[in-house]
Amino acid sequence: MTQQLAPTIDRAYARSFVDDAIRPEADTWDRAGAIPEDLLDRIAGAGLWAPFLPSELGGAGIDMVTLGEIHEEVGRGCSSVRSLLTVHTMLSWALQRFGTDAQIQQWGPELATGRTLGAFCLSEPGAGSDTAAITTTAVPHNGGWLLNGVKKWTTNGQRADLFLVFAKGPTSTIALLVPSNAPGVLVNPIDDMLGTRSSMLAEIAFSDVALGPDALLGPSGFASGMVLTGTLDLGRYSVAAGSVGIIQACVDACSSYAAQRRVGGTPLRDLPLIQAKLSDMVTDVRAARLLLAEAGRLKDRGDAATIMATWIAKYFASTAAARHASEAVQIHGANGCSPEFPVGRFYRDAKVMEIIEGSTEIQRMTIAAEAYRKWES
Amino acid sequence: MTTTDRILAFITNRFPQAEISDVEDIFSLGYINSLFAMELVMFIEKEFTITIPNDELRIDNFRTAKAMTELVDGLRSAVV
Ligand SMILES: Cc1cc2nc3c(=O)[nH]c(=O)nc-3n(C[C@H](O)[C@H](O)[C@H](O)COP(=O)(O)OP(=O)(O)OC[C@H]3O[C@@H](n4cnc5c(N)ncnc54)[C@H](O)[C@@H]3O)c2cc1C
Repeated sequence: MTQQLAPTIDRAYARSFVDDAIRPEADTWDRAGAIPEDLLDRIAGAGLWAPFLPSELGGAGIDMVTLGEIHEEVGRGCSSVRSLLTVHTMLSWALQRFGTDAQIQQWGPELATGRTLGAFCLSEPGAGSDTAAITTTAVPHNGGWLLNGVKKWTTNGQRADLFLVFAKGPTSTIALLVPSNAPGVLVNPIDDMLGTRSSMLAEIAFSDVALGPDALLGPSGFASGMVLTGTLDLGRYSVAAGSVGIIQACVDACSSYAAQRRVGGTPLRDLPLIQAKLSDMVTDVRAARLLLAEAGRLKDRGDAATIMATWIAKYFASTAAARHASEAVQIHGANGCSPEFPVGRFYRDAKVMEIIEGSTEIQRMTIAAEAYRKWES
Repeated sequence: MTTTDRILAFITNRFPQAEISDVEDIFSLGYINSLFAMELVMFIEKEFTITIPNDELRIDNFRTAKAMTELVDGLRSAVV
């Protein structure tokens, strides 16, 4: 009997998985507003839910540069699937970074294999960019915690098994691991969003949810803000990667369309104005990919500069994705507005990238603050 | 450079206008947000090749360069 070697999880591996299992179906899922269970299982089978977790936990121990490449490839195929990977990644990363040994043993293998899917609950009906305005509370109760509040826009909230919930604790914002089947958790699906339509969003109400002491993830007090900062950093990295994927998908779709579509007897590809659009897409996708890789390299080195590098990569990639997806629809004309071509989906999904994990405005403020910092008096 | 000097150098590199000594409370300067707290922890872990356990991520361990030095020294001696 020949022993099967575990595949190397890298960009090429992810690319072939995406081209086989994701890309051909993405428009169908977009219209259906859900990712089928079968695909979730196939992602698990491919080992792609959290391959950065160490092999002892069932991951593949891949580095962050490679993780970015994988999320780019998935984002090229379907931003909704990439969104599910993003929030699962955020929870899995936070667990391995801040979890106790017992928490890591309990949840790590579940998350690595995708038997348990994670989601990230920060935003509320009244608090998005202003994270300090959250009103969900966690109060000490019977040696554990009592959770009350409402979270909104939770990606994969309809399907996830474990929520990473941020709540106001006794002295600071704290992070809690909350199983979706805990008594008092009520999940209300949010359908019909503009973009990432199959990412199964939900509003989640927590009413007197009683949790044990082991629900608390990471330190409370001074460093609890780090759990949020670190988790959002990983989310931002993944969204930056997904945005690179959207630009690449635009390049692929437009170069193919422009080769076959003719106007006045001339292929679109020969028109200088169309070439200008394509050349900007190609240039920006390379630039965005380099910014992403730089952020990933800094993460792999444990260099604190990765946080700002990730803000910049996400700002560049998401705004470029929105710009180029708009031009991709333009190049396709009426076909671009029809369900027969994927560029309409890229356009809607790209708009979402400018809002999630730090909106464009918040990014600009943060990046400008970095520029000013050295000159503060 | 001593451990304290390296920590002070990191802080003043991030905030050149900060004139701080090793016993000055950096939180009283008003610059510290959660982003810088994260950067500081990442810097210390990388610079001194240590992992700071959750229960050491207490504000008192990060208030001054001196406190951070003691934290680093304590964790380094624990791994040796
Ligand atoms: C598809 C999708 C999926 C999502 N998934 C999740 C999830 O999984 N988990 C989760 O917790 N959240 C999720 N969100 C929510 C997302 O994180 C928030 O939408 C985002 O943080 C922005 O918050 P908001 O929508 O409340 O906008 P607001 O904070 O109300 O901002 C409104 C507008 O004002 C701008 N603005 C805000 N503050 C300033 C300022 N100081 N100066 C200038 N302009 C400003 C913003 O950039 C924005 O353009 C998701 C959202 C979407 C659309």
